[in-house]
Amino acid sequence: MNLDPQIPDGPIADKWDNHRFSSKLVNPANKRKYRIIVVGSGLAGGAAAATLGELGYQVDCFCYQDTPRRAHSIAAQGGINAAKNYQNDGDSIHRLFYDTVKGGDFRSREANVYRLAQNSTNIIDQCVAQGVPFAREYGGLLANRSFGGAQVSRTFYARGQTGQQLLLGAYSALSRQIASGQVQMHTRHEMLDLVKVDGHAKGIITRNLVTGSTDAWTADAVLICTGGYGNVYYLSTNAAGCNVTATYRAHRRGAGFANPCFTQIHPTCIPVAGDHQSKLTLMSESLRNDGRVWVPLDGKNCDKNPNDIAEELRDYFLERKYPSFGNLAPRDISSRSAKEACDESRGVGPGGRGVYLDFADSISRLGESAIRERYGNLFQMYERITGENAYKRPMRIYPAIHYTMGGLWVDYNLQSSVPGCFVLGEANFSDHGANRLGASALMQGLSDGYFVIPYTVGNYLASTGAGTISPDGPEVKEVLESVKERTSQLLSISGKKSARSYHKELGQIMWEYAGMARNATGLQKAIGEIQDLRDHFQKNLLVPGTGDRLNVELERAGRVRDFIDFGELLCRDALERNESCGGHFREEYQTKEGEATRDDENFAHAAVWEYKGEGKTPVRHKEELQYENVKLAVRSYK
Amino acid sequence: MFSSSLGKKYLMALTGLVLIGFVFVHMAGNLQVLAGQAQINAYAHSLQSLPWFILWGSRLFLLASVVIHAWTAYSLIIENRKARPDKNEVEVTKRAGWTSLKMGLTGSILLAFIVFHLLHFTIRTIYPEYAEMTTTVGSTGDVEIHDAFSMILAGFKHDIISIFYVVAMFLLCRHLAHGFSSVFQSIGLRSEAWQGKLDLIASGYAWLIFAGFSIIPLSVLAQKHGLYEFYDPSFFASEASEKINTSNLLNNES
Amino acid sequence: MKLTLKIWRQTGPTENGSFESHVLDDVSEDSSFLEMLDQLNEQLLKQGNEPIAFDHDCREGICGTCSLTINGYAHGPENSTTTCQLHMRKFNDGETVTIEPFRAKAFPVVRDLIVDRSAFDRIIQSGGFISVRTGSAPDGNSIPISKVDADKAMDAAACIGCGACVASCKNASAMLFTSAKAAHLNLLPQGQAEKDARVLNMVSTMDDSGFGNCRNYGECSAACPKDISLDYIAKLNRDHAKAKIKEIFS
Repeated sequence: MNLDPQIPDGPIADKWDNHRFSSKLVNPANKRKYRIIVVGSGLAGGAAAATLGELGYQVDCFCYQDTPRRAHSIAAQGGINAAKNYQNDGDSIHRLFYDTVKGGDFRSREANVYRLAQNSTNIIDQCVAQGVPFAREYGGLLANRSFGGAQVSRTFYARGQTGQQLLLGAYSALSRQIASGQVQMHTRHEMLDLVKVDGHAKGIITRNLVTGSTDAWTADAVLICTGGYGNVYYLSTNAAGCNVTATYRAHRRGAGFANPCFTQIHPTCIPVAGDHQSKLTLMSESLRNDGRVWVPLDGKNCDKNPNDIAEELRDYFLERKYPSFGNLAPRDISSRSAKEACDESRGVGPGGRGVYLDFADSISRLGESAIRERYGNLFQMYERITGENAYKRPMRIYPAIHYTMGGLWVDYNLQSSVPGCFVLGEANFSDHGANRLGASALMQGLSDGYFVIPYTVGNYLASTGAGTISPDGPEVKEVLESVKERTSQLLSISGKKSARSYHKELGQIMWEYAGMARNATGLQKAIGEIQDLRDHFQKNLLVPGTGDRLNVELERAGRVRDFIDFGELLCRDALERNESCGGHFREEYQTKEGEATRDDENFAHAAVWEYKGEGKTPVRHKEELQYENVKLAVRSYK
Repeated sequence: MFSSSLGKKYLMALTGLVLIGFVFVHMAGNLQVLAGQAQINAYAHSLQSLPWFILWGSRLFLLASVVIHAWTAYSLIIENRKARPDKNEVEVTKRAGWTSLKMGLTGSILLAFIVFHLLHFTIRTIYPEYAEMTTTVGSTGDVEIHDAFSMILAGFKHDIISIFYVVAMFLLCRHLAHGFSSVFQSIGLRSEAWQGKLDLIASGYAWLIFAGFSIIPLSVLAQKHGLYEFYDPSFFASEASEKINTSNLLNNES
Repeated sequence: MKLTLKIWRQTGPTENGSFESHVLDDVSEDSSFLEMLDQLNEQLLKQGNEPIAFDHDCREGICGTCSLTINGYAHGPENSTTTCQLHMRKFNDGETVTIEPFRAKAFPVVRDLIVDRSAFDRIIQSGGFISVRTGSAPDGNSIPISKVDADKAMDAAACIGCGACVASCKNASAMLFTSAKAAHLNLLPQGQAEKDARVLNMVSTMDDSGFGNCRNYGECSAACPKDISLDYIAKLNRDHAKAKIKEIFS
């Protein structure tokens, strides 16, 4: 497997400029001869499809939703970082780069991160010009806030709906290209396989979710922008439809999968209420600015009304353990502390999986109206979901899977190990290392889509020349047939169990053994259980109806099947990474105080998995990561 | 300009605005009945003696407004039915009330009323004798002019006709309450900041129009049934003979 | 709790649909409306029946995919709430709940409770954008925008494009959606250059898509999960009139 990162020469600040200059260009008149497939229409996919269409390429864009505007980027609340330094508080491209590498616990690629920080400023300009209604100060200039423990105010935001507004910006640009005929939009289409011809990605196979038809689409390059795989845990903050199928199918066709074990947990979600639960709802982390996190000192008090538990019987564990950061300790640390408290049977709420986030102090200090003004909508949302009034009774929160840093391996050009197959946004692995900073996901999606891919895909196309292959070619037919075969296989099992119930079981295994804290024994056990689950699935799955029309259960079955295989890969990756870093915490590798112990000597690399065939153990490769501009250091939040 | 859905709404709003204004002027004119025979006859005569192009110009303008308003309304209703061919199993509303939901119904009844009203008092085909009522009261000089006062009193002495007028005016009131405020929305001059006040003005205006128009038939009926004396009682002396004369026309009158 | 569910079933856009009744036991009052339907679908599967098809995705009230008419109300009786955020504690044990698709000619039924809302996309494609090439934008702070205008634009931009406005309108009018989308851009200085063309094109696409006409009922805004104001409809009416007049005299 070729894992040459293709990092350009020169000082880090000049790499991207140098690379853009040395990249080949496609003659403007020739661009229309190239077809590009974009899978996914979120920030990365939407931005890429719009920009490539605008440049003159013929673009086919696919999404499983009924319109590109519903991609899950829409749910991002907090904001988007940019090194504008509008606040004059010492921010710079270099500082954003530094913070991101450090925040990623030194498992990201320096050159990519630097380019991300460089592009961040252009993103804001672009979005403002598109009409994204960012928050403004009274003077009319853009407002910023500090986010996720950053020491500078560099986060731009549009109320609590920044992701929605940025996506609507990209969607509007995409709509303009659809209207002009440059982009063909295919909604309610799901990518089910990648087509390779002579080793190069040349097309995809999709299922039309309405008519059920399985079709082949060919092009000169394929861009996969299908987001993360958080739903492998069944319960996550992802949308119900988010899935790993596109990336996992590309992986099966030869694209290396990097660092699947790097998953991010968000500490402030509404806890699971019962077995019926299908999704976890995130509440803005900003709540931690005014709420105090606690559990009863004694597990016997967990069922008591929290307001009746005396102050001295409460354990404000974040304030106790991390006096300087307190309730604002980083995401992974706060999450793990909550888990520990619940593991000690001190958790509250249904199933004992929750901790209190108490606003009583802030309310008595600032008044209820001040809290209402700051968080009114969040309190309302909390009440809608739980039926509890958080002004009168502490909120219950618990961590949930939120973002996945791992993804298909890509080089500096965002090209996967399959030439011609590019991967953008959350679907790739490159920029966030082992842990993503708050307000950086939106930045990466848009940077990849608007500002990186137009250059790098152009360079690829200029080197390979136009020549879209026919959808009737033998290589295409073969993949198409294999997809049809797989569909009919799923339909033919005719067992008794629904795909959803398998998904739930997989989620339980994943959360138990590969969740917030992992250990070798648990991971080995998980791999065994997942293999058993796969066998059971193959014998007992029930998919009603037929494949030739809208069939939600069939869609789900295909996705769950890939999640099962992928879950095993995730556990393998977690098992092989004998260190704790970022979102990956191995219980064996921690200090006496319970802090993560990173092993830079043996694990300062991206682990890239190569698919070896059905039932065969995948092979782990390494891309060694070089840190020339940021000194490796241990994170400390004491 | 008026071909799009919004264009039709502008037409509705503009013609509606004309009619909103007209009903006020009409009502103010009518109320002169209360001031007596001389006053209303003089007023009616002054309108009749306007130069023909002004008189017929305004008549045509008003008629056109009604026709355009109604025609546009029906074409909108047809489009709207097509836009939502299937009804919900459960039809409910959160905010909209009877007034706004039934604009088509109130409008249709009002249209029928307008036709009746014109035949009744303007073209006078229902009671051709109304045209022959003449007098010198209210005239400048001794010229015989049309006796509007007698005609109105005669017209409203019929219980059923009067009740129909009052009911129609109530529907007009409801139609106006929504229509007045809607005009401003349709031409883009309403905002939530002053919608509360606007709705209040609209509602006040609608009730004012209702009261102003209804007081005439109601007052005539009241005097006919001996409840209160508004007008010169001599006009009510021939009540019995009047009733006999018209009983063959309105045989369902009790 | 136990519920009787009266649900619309329809196999395709041209087929006739009808109601089907199901009794569902053991519904947790903590589950969301969609989780209740998940539970029903699991039950249908066990009974060997085909599950009910309904649209949903984020399940946190922002993507705008879910689209059910519940007891006659688009997104159910609660105000400012999408179907996915409606919870079963708002219903009573033993209640009969009627579930229908969003009904409008412009939103043909795809299957059961799923409708095709691509007309909204066509409205956006006809003008719901600012033409700015990637990379050609001036500095974000080069045009100051008053906080009042930015906030108003944001209020309009909060629309999630779910179509509840159309479903709740007795005339299936799309004015609230179209006006919010146009107003978002028309309120901002960046949107001025294309303002007139935007308004004219979006309205004409809206008309061509088979939506009904606005009759100022206000039901759309009452049903809107994001509380989009009727002011934007007034603004669209105003902007459209201005654009038409300019067009006539230019």
